[in-house]
Amino acid sequence: MSTATPVTTPPLKAEKVTAAGVAKKRLSSPWASIAAIVIAVLWTLPTFGLLVSSFRPERAIKTTGWWTFFSDPTTTFENYNKVFGEEGGVNLAAFFVNSLIICIPSVLIPMALAALSAYAFAWIKFPGRNVLFLMIFALQIVPLQVTLIPLLKIFVSIDITGTFWTLWLSHATFALPLAIYLLHNFMREIPAGLIEAARVDGAGHVSIFFKVMLPLLTPALAAFGIFQFLWVWNDLLVALVFAGGGDEVAPITLQLANLSGTRGTAWHLLSAGAFVSIIVPVTVFLLLQRYFVRGLLAGSVKG
Amino acid sequence: MFNTASTTPEKILQMLAALLLFAAVMGVILFIAGRFGGKRGDKVVAYLYLLPAVLMLAVGLVYPGLRTIYQSFFDAAGNAFIGFDNYHTIFTDKDQLTVLRNTVFWVVVTPFVATAIGLVYAILVDKSRFESFAKALIFLPMSISFVAAGVIWKFVYEYRPDQGNVKQIGLVNQVIVWLGGKPIQLLIESPLNSFLLIIVMIWIQAGFAMTILSAAIKAIPDDIIEAARLDGVNAWSMFRKITLPSVQPTVVVVLTTIGIGTLKVFDIVRTMTGGNFDTSVVANEFYRQTFNADNQGLGAALAVLLFVLVIPIVIYNIRSLRRSEAS
Repeated sequence: MSTATPVTTPPLKAEKVTAAGVAKKRLSSPWASIAAIVIAVLWTLPTFGLLVSSFRPERAIKTTGWWTFFSDPTTTFENYNKVFGEEGGVNLAAFFVNSLIICIPSVLIPMALAALSAYAFAWIKFPGRNVLFLMIFALQIVPLQVTLIPLLKIFVSIDITGTFWTLWLSHATFALPLAIYLLHNFMREIPAGLIEAARVDGAGHVSIFFKVMLPLLTPALAAFGIFQFLWVWNDLLVALVFAGGGDEVAPITLQLANLSGTRGTAWHLLSAGAFVSIIVPVTVFLLLQRYFVRGLLAGSVKG
Repeated sequence: MFNTASTTPEKILQMLAALLLFAAVMGVILFIAGRFGGKRGDKVVAYLYLLPAVLMLAVGLVYPGLRTIYQSFFDAAGNAFIGFDNYHTIFTDKDQLTVLRNTVFWVVVTPFVATAIGLVYAILVDKSRFESFAKALIFLPMSISFVAAGVIWKFVYEYRPDQGNVKQIGLVNQVIVWLGGKPIQLLIESPLNSFLLIIVMIWIQAGFAMTILSAAIKAIPDDIIEAARLDGVNAWSMFRKITLPSVQPTVVVVLTTIGIGTLKVFDIVRTMTGGNFDTSVVANEFYRQTFNADNQGLGAALAVLLFVLVIPIVIYNIRSLRRSEAS
């Protein structure tokens, strides 16, 4: 199941040759550089335009293009004040808090549960192990859409609609198949001798889990944690279905989507709002890029 | 504790309570597991460790999935059994056919263009002085929400009527005007609008393709490249005969992964056009039918269709992985 497709990044050395490097050199370098710069600019410009706009006065945004900023630079923080303030009904601060409240348990709960399950699958022999693992692995492909309405009905019947519990429980559940799979792959790579030695010393599965596994597992847990955090913070669908009714538990993406739907031309609010919503994921991503990329490689290249 | 929390302190308290409750459950499981030892106890420990996850998956994923399949054979209100009528509607109704057509556009165009751009860019910046910075630029869109991406691009496509001294504020229309054309209502013209939405998904996914493919490129053994270089192979055949065959299994994985993600795309369409002007796709139509049109049966059938469409892609993915494993 785990194919070791060679994806480990070798240490970078300036003089090392790679196929791509040679291909690039032969492509007469200036053209290669120009092509790379063109792609990079095209990829950055949309975000940059909205970022510049978020600091321009409302009137200027609505009457002139953001590129005129460079000939007529007037800046203001008014847009950010407005989206944070309660007047005008935007009140992003409250939704920002909601997003954090939703994210923290939605990351921690599946992480802990998946670590336990992955340990059982990787290191304990029990009847039905392979079948059960295959079933959980297969659940990864189930689209969320298929589960939402019956799940909503369950939440109604136990009377927790409109609370954070619906979001915590559903996000935690949806994350489990991938989390178990990722952590299982990682745990299998830990040498069996380590576990056996601990067992010989009389350690049970509980103390092996905490004393041997968890410390070694940190990078894998970090990779999954970032993955899940970005997923939950950026989610719209689950939030719409379970928290769509009230503002009390809705995350920031939902408010931004509503703003875009109802006040689609209020660019002074939309631009600032968009940046408030992306500041957290972008920061997390930039700080922990290494783990994120590792998770990405483990999750999609192994199959 | 299970009520709706409305003030920030209440919310934080509820979160802490939930985490404590969870920790308590974990504590009980570990405590019981700790009492079992030896080979016979192993089994008990395994089942205890698996219990919460399996329970959640059964109640939160397996049962709802089966229930939705069942529901897809019922009418709008979910009362009368109507056989395959909902599926019949999807494949014959005019609006639903537009939805299917758009979904095909998305799933065919996005993976190939995003992967091609990601591959070319990975090769271009490989070993350059600014490699990690250049990669971060392309990769950043992956970390932001589809909603924010939708807002960013909606601004790029913004349209102002062509009259008097009204100035364009969207970049695309401004470029059209600079080139001497008339501004276009970009998000309203169909089928142009669907492709403009697809560009947003390509913008997000190219970074993913680049990251994975870049790792694959760096893993090509040096001696192969050195040998080819000594043979005086030119850039194009280096790409075609060495780089491409070496990363080909990875390309397949990237294509299929993006394909599956694209199939489920919902947020971009909802944020940018709300599915209006003939831009709806299956995932968006599922939401619209279920919640706005109150047609639960058709909504369920669309969700099941999504599931059914994912399966062949996954099977292809697994089979090509097996093949590359064997060789």
